[in-house]
Amino acid sequence: MGVRVQTADFDLSMEVAALTTGRTDIGAIVTFTGTVRGEANGQPIALMSLEHYPGMTEAELARVEAEALARWPLSASLIVHRVGDLKPGDNIVLVVAASAHRQMAFDAAAFLMDYLKTRAPFWKKETGADSAGHWVDARDSDGEAIARWSSTG
Amino acid sequence: MTVEKAEMRLKILYFAWVREKTGRAFEEVDVPLGIATVADLVTWLKTRGPEFELAFARSDVIRAAIDQVHAKPTAEIANAREIAFFPPVTGG
Repeated sequence: MGVRVQTADFDLSMEVAALTTGRTDIGAIVTFTGTVRGEANGQPIALMSLEHYPGMTEAELARVEAEALARWPLSASLIVHRVGDLKPGDNIVLVVAASAHRQMAFDAAAFLMDYLKTRAPFWKKETGADSAGHWVDARDSDGEAIARWSSTG
Repeated sequence: MTVEKAEMRLKILYFAWVREKTGRAFEEVDVPLGIATVADLVTWLKTRGPEFELAFARSDVIRAAIDQVHAKPTAEIANAREIAFFPPVTGG
């Protein structure tokens, strides 16, 4: 269990090993990795900068994780989110959900991402090849993604 | 002896384009008593200069947090230590 905000990259297999080594109660591990796309609205981007609200970010990620743990009997969970300047192809976010059976792990991983995207105070700014930067707008689809968790409760 | 205070000291933080438009990441401000809610605070902040008027022009879009917890415009700010304003979040 845990949440981390860091500038450094993460290694998927090392993170999973740290969560699960020595555990025999786990039957399913679902991981999600979000990466920086090389273009936005048809234009190439050179850089993606992630700003956050130190203190609230960690608190909000912990609240998101606690909600997942209240809904599913997870054996282990992890959220790692990077901040600072990232390049196309770089890792941004890692979510891991481990449980005895696969459906809980799939559902919990999707829930963690949907909630993180609408709650955790991160903001992305994309800089194009022409050095013009612009803040990424929130998507309506993120709000719709979170709505499905209240209807299926 | 009690001293009647006419103001409330608050730390206000700004993030992303709200930070860029106000030209500051945070400040300590003395908010007049009578400013009861987040929406009242936004209305008052907009009177502090053209940069605030510009930053909060789309105040329906701007989100707030009180002491690092998401808050609605109608939320009371009494006893708050820290209030943050920011655009809708775009992590993940």
